[in-house]
Amino acid sequence: MLARRIIPCLDVKDGRVVKGVRFREHEDVGDPVELARRYADEGADELVFYDITASAEDRTLDYAWVRAVAKVLDIPFCVAGGIRSVDAALKCLENGADKVSINSPALERPDLIGEIARTAGSQCAVVGVDSFEADGDYVVHQYTGDPERSRAAGRRTLDWIAEAQDRGAGEIVLNCMNQDGVRQGYDVKQLKLARGRLSIPLVASGGAGAAEHFREVFEDADVSGALAASVFHKGVLSVPGLKRELREAGIEVRL
Amino acid sequence: MPKTLDVTVVRLGVGNTASMMFALERLGADPRLSSDPAEIAEAERLILPGVGAAAHAMGRIEALGLTAVLKGFERPLLGVCLGQQLLYETSEEGDARSLGRIPGAVRAMVAAPDRPVPHMGWNRLKIEREDPLLEGVQDGAFVYFVHGYACETGPATLASTDYGGRFSSVVRASNAWGCQFHPERSAETGARILQNFLRLPC
Repeated sequence: MLARRIIPCLDVKDGRVVKGVRFREHEDVGDPVELARRYADEGADELVFYDITASAEDRTLDYAWVRAVAKVLDIPFCVAGGIRSVDAALKCLENGADKVSINSPALERPDLIGEIARTAGSQCAVVGVDSFEADGDYVVHQYTGDPERSRAAGRRTLDWIAEAQDRGAGEIVLNCMNQDGVRQGYDVKQLKLARGRLSIPLVASGGAGAAEHFREVFEDADVSGALAASVFHKGVLSVPGLKRELREAGIEVRL
Repeated sequence: MPKTLDVTVVRLGVGNTASMMFALERLGADPRLSSDPAEIAEAERLILPGVGAAAHAMGRIEALGLTAVLKGFERPLLGVCLGQQLLYETSEEGDARSLGRIPGAVRAMVAAPDRPVPHMGWNRLKIEREDPLLEGVQDGAFVYFVHGYACETGPATLASTDYGGRFSSVVRASNAWGCQFHPERSAETGARILQNFLRLPC
């Protein structure tokens, strides 16, 4: 049986892993290569590196750290942030990334999804979606890396993920913004609706605070993977401890 | 560098070859990346990687003049992911005629409500037959898959994996082996399989 994936997400700024509340007051927490290796050794199934400044500042990634990470990592990893062309996506893949995730650039120019999928294969083309619940509806936001620019993108979440799939996306990462950073649990209701609209894998993001939250989102929303950042970085949960708890609850994980 | 670690990775211009090169380097090999038919024909052992579509990859093999070389290569050959699929006779993906080194067909995986496609993530190997490539690999070990087409099981199957039915996850026909998963991204189990491949006698 296919194991549910546990995916730590690391924010990268100027080639260093940082943590902080989005854009402000970032604290340097280490070197991407060292942290990548540590999470892989602990049993993470996949890693996402998110360049937190690239997308909002209209610049592309610095690929040196992508290559350095690829050299040491023996699990898959995805690179996100600032990828706005097929060339940029291919550069990430040529430097050893397994997938690229596009978010705001896909909203600016939806053809980019199909262009990456046709050139590199759907399995490389992940679409990240920042979704906000307002008045009982789910709507897409863009440029969420920068509080000054963050705004509604004029699309409904469930329609946009279906369109992304039709355009060739191989996976959707749905970040539920109302839950993000508050560690009160994933938005199971929204993720379950999203799962129902897709035939490709769905990864949950936003809200993880306890092992129970992972169990809920796997059992009730049937997502393929769950992404989390602060809960791992702050040591609230360890990857091996979380996986043992999930396995005891009858959920297939790789141990 | 001992000669047993000599290995050439075929570059078709599709897919991520960097992660395979890095994995081989971690194992102490000094891999060469090549698209040159003469160089590839002379290789001690060959890895055929590749992601992307079967018909497109076969077109590249043809354009690079590699079809006869890959069909006739007599030392150890390992096809990875799409590379394994290309060892079969045909693929439904773009109706491709492939290399025909392993009897059988490659078919599209069908999504179900509880079974998204592509098949993406860590799944288990069920070892069907012992082989030097799988030495030291536990039955039930997890490896990392990403694919939307799958190879049917048959006499060439060394290991199978279940995803709405069993498919061939490791195959062998004479000197041609294949892995449907990515050994270069499959932690210790993948490293063991690559190391076994590097030690196969030529």
